[in-house]
Amino acid sequence: MERRVVFAGWLCPAVLLVPQMAVTIVFFFWPAAQAFNESLRRGDAFGLTTHFAGVANFAALFASPNYLASFWITAVFSASVAVLALAPGLLLAVMADRVVRGAALYKTVLLIPYAIAPAIAGVLWMFLFNPSIGVLAALLRWLGIDWNYFLDAPQAIMLVILAAAWKQVSYNFLFFLAGLQAIPPSLVEASAIDGASPRRRFWTIVFPLLTPTTFFLLVVNIVYAFFDTFGVIHNVTQGGPGQSTEILVYKVWYDGIVGLDLGGSSAQSVILMAIVIALTAIQFRFIERRVHYA
Amino acid sequence: MRSTMLAAVMAAVFMAMAGPTEAQPIELQWWHAMTAVNGDRINQIAADFNKSQSEYKVVPVFKGSYAETMTAAIAAYRAGHAPAIVQIYDVGTATMMAAKGAIKPVYQLMADAGETFDPNSYLPAVTGYYSTSDGKLLSLPFNSSTAVVYWNKDDFKKAGLDPNKPPKTWPETFALAKKLRAGGVKCGFTTAWVFWTQIANFSAWHNISMGTLDNGIGGPGAVLEMNNPRVVRHVANLAKAEKDGSFSYAGRSTEPESSFLNGDCGMIQDSSAAYGLFKKGLKSQFGVTELPYYPDVKGAPQNSIIGGASLWVMGGKSAAEYKGVAKFFTYLSSIPVQVKWHEDTGYLPITKAAYAATKASGFYDKNPGTEVALLQLTHKPPTANSRGYRFGNMVQISDIIAEDLESAFAGKESAKAAMDDAIRRGNALLRQFQANTQ
Repeated sequence: MERRVVFAGWLCPAVLLVPQMAVTIVFFFWPAAQAFNESLRRGDAFGLTTHFAGVANFAALFASPNYLASFWITAVFSASVAVLALAPGLLLAVMADRVVRGAALYKTVLLIPYAIAPAIAGVLWMFLFNPSIGVLAALLRWLGIDWNYFLDAPQAIMLVILAAAWKQVSYNFLFFLAGLQAIPPSLVEASAIDGASPRRRFWTIVFPLLTPTTFFLLVVNIVYAFFDTFGVIHNVTQGGPGQSTEILVYKVWYDGIVGLDLGGSSAQSVILMAIVIALTAIQFRFIERRVHYA
Repeated sequence: MRSTMLAAVMAAVFMAMAGPTEAQPIELQWWHAMTAVNGDRINQIAADFNKSQSEYKVVPVFKGSYAETMTAAIAAYRAGHAPAIVQIYDVGTATMMAAKGAIKPVYQLMADAGETFDPNSYLPAVTGYYSTSDGKLLSLPFNSSTAVVYWNKDDFKKAGLDPNKPPKTWPETFALAKKLRAGGVKCGFTTAWVFWTQIANFSAWHNISMGTLDNGIGGPGAVLEMNNPRVVRHVANLAKAEKDGSFSYAGRSTEPESSFLNGDCGMIQDSSAAYGLFKKGLKSQFGVTELPYYPDVKGAPQNSIIGGASLWVMGGKSAAEYKGVAKFFTYLSSIPVQVKWHEDTGYLPITKAAYAATKASGFYDKNPGTEVALLQLTHKPPTANSRGYRFGNMVQISDIIAEDLESAFAGKESAKAAMDDAIRRGNALLRQFQANTQ
């Protein structure tokens, strides 16, 4: 006989659902609906004269070359941050997994950057690379590199990517390490007995078994690069030079808070919301098929 | 037991919610964006005012950066509990002014409250920025400064130059910057607040229009004109100097100050309010002098313009509250408060009497260079081009211009193409502002 808890009537389940639903509605659906409503309106900041504008805000965005450029910047930025945060994380995890003595110390030290807020990470990197006072900037100058990220766009982009990725390496390291430790040692030992080299063992046994972790981290890292890197950009470049580091989420903040263009800013957040929903759906739908769940 | 507890809590809540009793003063919230010394001074001013009378109580509240303070005040207005007074940066002036009903103009406030208020007692170069085109004061200037040149005397000596001879003109500035470089100084000159010093103050100092309708003070229909040949030539000269290293661009706002503080740059064009920072932080001797000009531009030098922030009074308050704000503004404009503010913070006094009192006290003789800003502002009576500027969406427009200047300095675009692009994008924002506020 099937063992199932059956609730009598609808009242009890409804009551049990209320807290979760309330949190979701108050903190997610309601603000999202507000943003959507605001994105269809235009008016002054004080709300004295607002009127329904249809899709005018969206049309204005897609007619703006700067907004379209921001898409490319965000794509390059997010992809680079994800790769640069995942690869070292995996490498460090594989190394730390082998360490026998002092393993706890290594792990603790490697985790420290994760405890740092993106804004602080931004300030840290800004001080290291500031063209006039940075220690590493002085080193670069000494090496003959004309370092001035206030004017040089590629340098500015590299700097914010490094600062954003650095902070996330720890997080990835932690999950990769947990993933590695969940792989049954017997599998690796069996292939070692069959004569597989460490490199071969990694790519044919360990890496495929890590794919659920890698997949999960890929999603998390891209969402991180899209949304949580605001502090890094704000503290290091403020979107400059020109608009070369103005990623989408920074532009939402800038147009809304600094520019007080609530309609345009809301339209951008609606677009951002759609992108993240689409991105997550694509990742789960297509990439997950190729993921090997142990 | 529980019910008595509940009753006690309820009673406490009701007591807290009960209106102020007769003896309690009317509270006036003052939202501001000042930190460090300036923030301390604000608290002191409020405390002194509160001690001087018992009817009103000014409560200063720090709200973060200028942009954050402005957004907070707007959000509070929309939610129906705006502060009585809010400090708004210069570039937010057009937005505040367009919000009819959400703000109470100062001239009207003073008239309604019956406070004696003589607009002629204020310095016209300071109040002009915050007045209507027919001279009615909209907001009370609070912290104002203007752009000046600081030069490092030790750097001048190092390069074999006369440390007491700063450049007077732009051609001299470029020539001296090259000599500084040749003499082993890392950078000839840099500039903070690039839009404000190199475009806004440059235009006023040369009596060039930044936009139609008296730089936008005449109405929201103004069109930007900052791609005129004189500005373009200047930007091209800066780009050329950036290329040979005699000029070094180091960021849009205060970032370049560190390049002057560590002695890398021989000269910096910066706010007159940075004096205290350099006095405290710079190891070398330094001097302050007037902005350079192009001698071939007729009428130059004219007068420079201010930047900073002013105090706006929010709309929808009671007559009693407005009376309190008016009294506070009178107190704030009084000579002792203004003199102390000017001497402690480096910001400019707003009244002629406060300027005269500071001068009489010998402050400028003891602190050479501190009067340069005032001499520059009062150099000639302001013209329609040099009174100030008021464009909608000015925050974004100044950033757009800074972005295009960066492109020009980086050699990605010619000076002309960069300024044309800035004006095209800026004008689009002006039209958007016009459509949204009317």
